[in-house]
Amino acid sequence: MSAGDGGGPPRISADPDRCLGAGQCARSAPDVFDQDDDGTVVVLRPDPPTETHDQIREAIYLCPSSAISFDAAE
Amino acid sequence: MINEETGAALDAPAFPQERTCPYEPPPGYAELRERGPLSKITLFDGRTAWVVTGHAEARSLLVDSRISADTQNPDFPFLSQARAATTRQRTIVTMDPPEHDVHRRMLIPSFTLRKINALRPTIERVVDELLDGITARRPPLDLVSEFAVPVPSMVICALLGVPYDDHEFFERQTRRIAISANDRTDAMAALGELFGYLDGLVKSKEEDPGDGLLDELIESQLRPGNLTREEIILTSIVLLLAGHENTANMIALGTVTLLRHPAELDALRADPELISGAVDELLRYTAVADTMSRVATADIEIAGHVIRAGDGVILPNAAINRDAAAFADPDRFDVRRSPVRHHNTFGYGVHQCLGQHLARLELEIVFSRLFERLPTLRLAVPVEELEIKPAGGAQGVFELPVTW
Ligand code: HEM
Ligand code: SF4
Repeated sequence: MSAGDGGGPPRISADPDRCLGAGQCARSAPDVFDQDDDGTVVVLRPDPPTETHDQIREAIYLCPSSAISFDAAE
Repeated sequence: MINEETGAALDAPAFPQERTCPYEPPPGYAELRERGPLSKITLFDGRTAWVVTGHAEARSLLVDSRISADTQNPDFPFLSQARAATTRQRTIVTMDPPEHDVHRRMLIPSFTLRKINALRPTIERVVDELLDGITARRPPLDLVSEFAVPVPSMVICALLGVPYDDHEFFERQTRRIAISANDRTDAMAALGELFGYLDGLVKSKEEDPGDGLLDELIESQLRPGNLTREEIILTSIVLLLAGHENTANMIALGTVTLLRHPAELDALRADPELISGAVDELLRYTAVADTMSRVATADIEIAGHVIRAGDGVILPNAAINRDAAAFADPDRFDVRRSPVRHHNTFGYGVHQCLGQHLARLELEIVFSRLFERLPTLRLAVPVEELEIKPAGGAQGVFELPVTW
């Protein structure tokens, strides 16, 4: 789903295969992302509340391996 | 045309360049920036290479799969003879994906935010005990050897499971590797001694396991045959060196920077909540890990230039972190700067610093406690007299005489 689909609230996706455990996501948006025991990304809230969207955008900008994306419906 | 003093082509200034102030970029970086986000420099061996001063360009190159960290590539651009000799080994730092990622995944479970946050009490104890010792003494003293080096050194020893009693030995070897910019033989000898030491340690741990990361690696990677003994030793050397060298430099240069910006130090003291952002601003501003090097494995078009396959690419963080397109008023040191975490001092892309949460936590504790316990801390010599580490390696000062 892309930003233009217009349906439903924005959703987070994360690709643990690309993730190299830099942990920028968990630091930027601790309510939305965590790191698994193996160090890779876990999404705690796939449909995060609006007040976390800025943190999520920061996480996406800071993630050094482009492992997370956010299909924002705006 | 050739510059007679440096032998560098006039349109490609010599690189690396020495700092004249411990925490400011070398004066020549201003000229590099005027030439645009990418330009050419001349290395010690007469080769030219690209130098990147633009933040966006650096980020885009560091995630580009046509950019390689492989120091065994015959075209890899080294910054000195000694670096060419000591960085040739295949380690996590010099491997490319997919091999790199396999090795990195073995280590990341130990460096997650949660694992590192659990080390807070250990780090606080280390810092407090060192400061107890310092406050009991009469000033002046050298903050590098008495504080900046021991903090990260004790912490990384505890994490790895390396006996701290041996710290003087490996600190001496690290120092030899760091300062011997032009002495290839000595750097190699120091590396050899470290290798021998760790070889012995791994053997004794195989017989008598402890509970450090090194013990875990022996159990989970060496025994099943995922890593060879040599790979385990090299990984430990990388962690030992990376774990204390940059952090120690950062403690020293961060202290100097704060002392030289008293209004910012006062702001930080008045509001301890600023510490996390202040640490990132210190990382941005001092850029202790100044230069990263890569080689192109295919042609890359960027910013109106073409980097050809085989070209060297040098990324000086002290320039990238001062790009006005990424940081407003970049030459201002501002503990309240926001956003600030996109500085490049931990690198970017697959090699982005594995120890960054550990380093940040150590630095947060250090700078909170240091100025609390020594409120009248000041330099015991003029900043101009501090001896700066040679260009091309980790940036820092050899000694930091302080008084209070
Ligand atoms: C202020 C302190 C530190 C700074 C400025 C720093 C800086 C860096 C930089 C710039 C890189 C990337 C190099 C490149 O891409 O060529 C890096 C990688 C690395 N750092 Fe740090 N570092 C610091 C502390 C630490 C600590 C405490 C550790 C802990 C063990 C550590 C372990 C590593 C490792 C293992 C890598 C290689 C990661 C990889 O290649 O995937 N660093 N660091
Ligand atoms: S920031 Fe990116 S690489 Fe780092 S843990 Fe999160 S998803 Fe993984």
